Amino acid sequence: MAVIDLANPTRFLSLVQRVLPWLWGAALIVFIIGLMQTFNAPDDYQQGATVKIMYIHVPAAWLGMMGWSVMSVAALGTLVWRHPLADVAGKAAAPIGAAFTFICLITGALWGRPTWGTYWVWDARLTSMLVLLLLYLGVIALYWTAEDPGRGSRAAAVLTLVGAINLPIIKFSVDWWNTLHQPASIMRTGGTAIAPSILYPLLVMALGFTLLFFALHFAAMRNEILRRRVRTMRLIQAQTLAEARA
Amino acid sequence: MTPFTALVLRDMRLAVRVGGGALMGALFFLIVVTMMPFAVGPDLKLLARIGPAILWLGALLATLLALDRLFATDHEDGSLDLLMMGRMPLELAIAGKGVAHWLTTGLPLVMISPVLGLMLNVELKAMGVVALTLIVGTPALTFIGLIGAALSVALRRGGLLLAVLVLPLTIPVLIFGVSAANAGIVGPEPFGPPFTILCALSLMSLVVGPFAAAAALRFGLE
Amino acid sequence: MSGALAHQIGFIIASYAVTVFVVATLIGWVVLDHSAQRRLLGDLEEQGFSRRSQRNQG
Repeated sequence: MAVIDLANPTRFLSLVQRVLPWLWGAALIVFIIGLMQTFNAPDDYQQGATVKIMYIHVPAAWLGMMGWSVMSVAALGTLVWRHPLADVAGKAAAPIGAAFTFICLITGALWGRPTWGTYWVWDARLTSMLVLLLLYLGVIALYWTAEDPGRGSRAAAVLTLVGAINLPIIKFSVDWWNTLHQPASIMRTGGTAIAPSILYPLLVMALGFTLLFFALHFAAMRNEILRRRVRTMRLIQAQTLAEARA
Repeated sequence: MTPFTALVLRDMRLAVRVGGGALMGALFFLIVVTMMPFAVGPDLKLLARIGPAILWLGALLATLLALDRLFATDHEDGSLDLLMMGRMPLELAIAGKGVAHWLTTGLPLVMISPVLGLMLNVELKAMGVVALTLIVGTPALTFIGLIGAALSVALRRGGLLLAVLVLPLTIPVLIFGVSAANAGIVGPEPFGPPFTILCALSLMSLVVGPFAAAAALRFGLE
Repeated sequence: MSGALAHQIGFIIASYAVTVFVVATLIGWVVLDHSAQRRLLGDLEEQGFSRRSQRNQG
């Protein structure tokens, strides 16, 4: 099936129907493996057992940023290539990405309290992640409160692309401003700085979360397509009633 | 007279005649800054310390409120359609409206900020630093705000939606503006780095703002 | 050592609990929204309205 076929909502729905159970199943299996590995992973010599929070906090951060990247590609699809399902993809991804960013901030605070002594600090990375959450909420407001869904989607797409500048800021903020949050230890030049016994469970959990993201995303896209069908049929219903009355 | 200048002058005349314009923005700034000591308490040393932050927040909120009507009035009477169809590039037209908005809203804020600084017990030398950061930073607030104004005009929902969209984008300007102001007043951190970043943010917004706002208008008003 | 662990375990459990709650909410939203839309579509189709593409297929 070519990519162009995915532009047809009906074909997309049948694709989702086939793929979705596998995504849920795969996510569940990977999570079970990941949680077992997390449970058995060694404690950090400085932070003790609280490093177990990292196995949620870091994947959630990655997914929060990945969600915005998915939305940015969808925004280009809406504005530049006029792909019919692009705005559906963007609208569906926003609440999911926002939820993972929220998880990142909360678990970060719960991790910070026993290790740094404070729930929150206004350093560059925390602040830019908070700004990311605020931008998510703004985009969600545009998608969901617009009277004309088409206009709302296009406005949201523009805001998505404007907000995309926040992603490199988040990534490099720990390098540019050396304050409290620890610098990059996984994706940096010179290779990873984490021991394999901690790295592998982290990657497994990240994979599980990613599969979960896409399962939720496809399901939300399916729901959005159905919602638009309901709206179309309601419009036909209203028109028919108006004509019958006339 | 170039079309650009004509547009700027037209917007300035409209802003000053209709709805008070420059004076209204300055008045709101005054009221907000006046209310802060009521909320914070009359401790003069505390007020002097947070004075720059209060001035910056007041400037941000006053700019935000004035943005609401920036495109909405033109959209309602059809002149926005004319601008979009005209020969002047839309980005340039929007930049012109941004310049007019800053001249009628941002600049008056900067000019009355020393008076308000007196009320907040900010000393004179410090006030000069704050005014400098404001004059450099308020264009960024206006031009970033253009994006939110363009996004919300097409949706016919002003006010709160505009604030929700614009405030996260202006957070860096606020951070560096207050940081530069405090560095200049209290030290010991140097004034230079946050101030130059503030200048950079303003210059960037002069370009990014009109382009993003033009895209928002074109796509939003199809 | 166990004292430190006891102090930390609350934060660890809270983190995992928040995550489970948020993920469960997301899954719940997706599932409930799906059945709501299916129900609405079913009601509308019963009333005899159909989309143009459905009519063209039939």
